[in-house]
Amino acid sequence: MASKSKPAAKARFERHGLTDEQLVEILRIMLMHRTLEGRGFQLNRQGKIPFASAGEGHEGVQAGAAMAFQRGRDILVPYYRDLGLDLGVGLTPYEVLLSLFARKADHSGGRQFPHHYASKRLGIHTISSVLATQIPHAVGAAYALKVRGERGRAVLVTFGEGSTSEGEWHEGMNFAAVHKLPVVFLCENNEWAISTPADKQMANPNVADRAVGYGMPGVIVNGFDPVAVYAVVNEAMERARSGGGPTLVEAKCYRFLAHTTDDDDRTYRSREEVERRRRDDPVPNFERLLVERGVLTPEGAESLKKAVLAEANAATDRAEAMPYPAPADLYTHVYAGDHAPWR
Amino acid sequence: MAKTDTKANALDRRGLTDEQLRAIFRNMLLQRQLDNRGFQLNRQGKVPFALGSEGHEALQAGAAMAFERGKDILAPYYRDLGLALGIGLTPYEIMLSIFARAADHNGGRQFPNHYSSKHAGLMSFSSILAAHIPHAVGAAYAMKYRGENGRAVLVTCGDGTTSEGEWHESMNFASIHKLPLVMLVENNEWAISTPLDKQMGQPEIWKRAAGYGMPGKRFNGYDPVETYAVVKEALDRARSGGGPSLVEGTCYRFLAHSTDDNDMTYRTKELVAEARKNDPVPAFEHRLIEAGVMTAADVDALRKDVLRETNEATDKAEAMPYPQASDLYTHLYEGAWQPWQ
Amino acid sequence: MAVSTGSKILNNVEAVRETLYEAMKNDERTVILGEDVGARGNVFLITKDFINEFGEQRVIDTPIAEASIVGIAIGMAMEGLRPIAEIQFADFIYPAFNQIVGEAAKTRYRSNGEYTCPLVIRTPYGGGVRGALSHSVSIEALFYHVPGLKIVAPAFPADIKGLLNAAIDDPDPVLFLEHKKTYRLIKGEVPEGHYTIPIGKADVKKTGNQLTVVSYGLYVHWALDAAQQLEAEGLSVEVIDLRSIRPMDRTTILQSVEKTRKLLIIHEDNKFGGIGAEISAMVAEEALFSLDAPIRRLCAPDVPAMGYAEPLEHEYMSSPAKMAQAMREMVTF
Ligand SMILES: Cc1ncc(C[n+]2csc(CCOP(=O)(O)OP(=O)(O)O)c2C)c(N)n1
Ligand SMILES: Cc1ncc(C[n+]2csc(CCOP(=O)(O)OP(=O)(O)O)c2C)c(N)n1
Ligand SMILES: [Mg+2]
Repeated sequence: MASKSKPAAKARFERHGLTDEQLVEILRIMLMHRTLEGRGFQLNRQGKIPFASAGEGHEGVQAGAAMAFQRGRDILVPYYRDLGLDLGVGLTPYEVLLSLFARKADHSGGRQFPHHYASKRLGIHTISSVLATQIPHAVGAAYALKVRGERGRAVLVTFGEGSTSEGEWHEGMNFAAVHKLPVVFLCENNEWAISTPADKQMANPNVADRAVGYGMPGVIVNGFDPVAVYAVVNEAMERARSGGGPTLVEAKCYRFLAHTTDDDDRTYRSREEVERRRRDDPVPNFERLLVERGVLTPEGAESLKKAVLAEANAATDRAEAMPYPAPADLYTHVYAGDHAPWR
Repeated sequence: MAKTDTKANALDRRGLTDEQLRAIFRNMLLQRQLDNRGFQLNRQGKVPFALGSEGHEALQAGAAMAFERGKDILAPYYRDLGLALGIGLTPYEIMLSIFARAADHNGGRQFPNHYSSKHAGLMSFSSILAAHIPHAVGAAYAMKYRGENGRAVLVTCGDGTTSEGEWHESMNFASIHKLPLVMLVENNEWAISTPLDKQMGQPEIWKRAAGYGMPGKRFNGYDPVETYAVVKEALDRARSGGGPSLVEGTCYRFLAHSTDDNDMTYRTKELVAEARKNDPVPAFEHRLIEAGVMTAADVDALRKDVLRETNEATDKAEAMPYPQASDLYTHLYEGAWQPWQ
Repeated sequence: MAVSTGSKILNNVEAVRETLYEAMKNDERTVILGEDVGARGNVFLITKDFINEFGEQRVIDTPIAEASIVGIAIGMAMEGLRPIAEIQFADFIYPAFNQIVGEAAKTRYRSNGEYTCPLVIRTPYGGGVRGALSHSVSIEALFYHVPGLKIVAPAFPADIKGLLNAAIDDPDPVLFLEHKKTYRLIKGEVPEGHYTIPIGKADVKKTGNQLTVVSYGLYVHWALDAAQQLEAEGLSVEVIDLRSIRPMDRTTILQSVEKTRKLLIIHEDNKFGGIGAEISAMVAEEALFSLDAPIRRLCAPDVPAMGYAEPLEHEYMSSPAKMAQAMREMVTF
């Protein structure tokens, strides 16, 4: 199932119907993803923000999957490592920086950890940090689409391979299969859950093999290949949108960085392993591929990178200048009205 | 069963002796008798609640025969009367539970059919579905950790219970650690009023095994001998370090879910009557006679014996005292306790 | 309470049923989901035949998976449906604890008001029905600590209808507790048509001036029986039915305590860390000098649940006689 798109290979470049413009957009999202996450780590080292996490290694999965998302129709229920997906469905770098800086203008008003976006406008659900809790929410959202007869809409829900060990993952998969719901389960299998390697997380390394047991299709795709991811997710989303029920997609990737700025991955994995896996880094690989195939000129690639950096810088400055929430903001939005527990 | 079969064809005994075959059949008869008794007592107003496993007799009697007393652990659920009997609980113990007497294993605290017996290797469990499955996994881990080869845990649940998150979490953990565990699903096609097609996206639970990287198998739960063979194979694998298995026995719930349920609100008489045609109890009787393991007269005598034992157990248990009010306060912690010290 | 055109006599099961029926009838966004709510129509037959009238898309027999029953309902609520989730017995709510406390109660807060979770979770609770350790528990104290959640536990048919309507209309998650022993035991007049009772308002079910009794659920009925006994003895007890547990009605309690100068709190849940603890603390903070006697709590013993055997259940549960005795002691203190 996994298609390998090695840049050096002379094999035909299968673009799965994507236009040059879309291919470049995928690269732009991947570059922005990486730049903003680098920015998060920098700001953390500078002592400007207490926490950052990153999806380095997930850029291909996320930019590819985002291309299969139909803005204004589909619903995204992401998890905390999905910056690239969020950008890909329309979140701006400024919104990302507001979240990193925990400013009042952030979607959660500075309440949540970074990368826990919610945007009704874009169809991004609010999520917590508690793993797998978003899975039943996505399934419930898909049920709402189905019960209202809203054909042509689907839900995309994502999670790491570690989250597939949670009971709620199983419950969500099962319910979606019973009701043939318009939902795509996208597992970003980066082989690590903080310090826990996949072989301590599951006996069978292929999450997608569980799909049969639920009575839905399961597909494995090379997550370092954004175009392959796009193709698989797009097919699954199309099936969901047209009443064909759910799909489990497993994108194999790798987590290049530590889990978060609070984690030191040298305590549980070797530098050699990480270095070896870095050789398949999807960001430079995809850039090279587009240049080789003439989708982008070398100069075009350079100016794209400059533009991304400039936008990230502008977003950083603008967000940093914004105010924090006020102490009084602690008390709002507990309920619709006021909320004294004693009346 | 076709009469023209030779004896050998009529009964592939999978290594079971005549004595074992008869013990399986006795267990099946006893299950049915005790189930009836519970429902009778409920109708007579003597007990507030009863629950039967009609349709599961062969599955449970067969599986119990694969259990090694004194070595294996059983983590059952509330519909496992036959398994409890098959690993050594007595009809008297069953009746104590139905009557909620002080001498009951849990002192009359739990619902009927919630047995527990450390002596028999039967783990205590609650009415909360699937909550016992992680416990079974933990017990299997303890065996593995202590290097107790030759022991295994047999854990059971209904088809509906496989939808719980804890079921999945347990299967996953057991397979990661290759634990000595057999997950036996008793698929009776119903979870109270919920049929299989509302419970899961595809009806064959054993197919989930591959996703966990463990062997899975489905078998005819109306056939106690086949059940025995499948469960024994899985238990043997577990006992010898080969890891866990998921085995699924198909059967049917002939009765309502419990005395509190009226199944005619959600399924038809005809449907149940159709399923009853495959009733495993007369079918196995027929096979044993056919194969010459028992005569019709033997069966008659056995029936009488089972009825006698049931009656004696009923009378003896009914005569026992209830727990006392002060028993409400015991066994919360080790030693005396007050929330304010 | 809005008085409407007519009324009829319903028991508590019928009051829940009628209210759910009207909600399904009046609002297409309403869906009911839970174990055995469809073909069987719930184990207490509350939703019997709903599936025939409203279809299996809106009356969903779920797999046995409580965490996701609530989790899926949250997703539905976030996307514009008005789910009413049922947990078959309160004892089975624990697997869903995180979805209720960690997710539903925080949805609005964590999205800074962008997403909301208008969701009702109904569940039968309470003992006295030979439900043993796992079909009889009270769960309110485990949840009332949680901001973002509302909890109601009405005990009379008219209150059930008004508060269930309020819960369904409410823009936030509401845990709706139904005492299962009152289901067929308690009957009363219920107004026709749609009306609501505000969540957070207690109700004085009997006036009196020598002692304030605060209770809820089955025990309100028993407390009223006991208070009638005392009335015959010439002792005057006021009985407040809390009805709502979060938010709770300070005004009604304080007004009463200032009049009677004595407070007895009665509940079926354990005493330690129970609802009575919060009420005692509030009254001690706000009205200590109005009290002529120490506050007293009559609650369940500190054991996990009532046993199945009759003597164990009997010992666990209070009774009108025990309540009358406690009231007598308080009045004559
Ligand atoms: C319910 C829950 N348990 C544990 C955690 C702590 N935790 C946060 S991330 C994480 C690892 C998740 O791994 P995976 O699902 O593979 O996603 P990844 O971080 O690798 O993208 C853990 C254990 C949590 N947030 N929630
Ligand atoms: C956690 C939990 N949820 C719900 C229930 C209520 N309940 C008791 S038995 C049952 C059906 C179980 O079906 P299945 O697992 O197929 O076993 P069967 O009764 O058919 O043998 C349900 C829903 C429960 N006891 N525990
Ligand atoms: Mg079943």
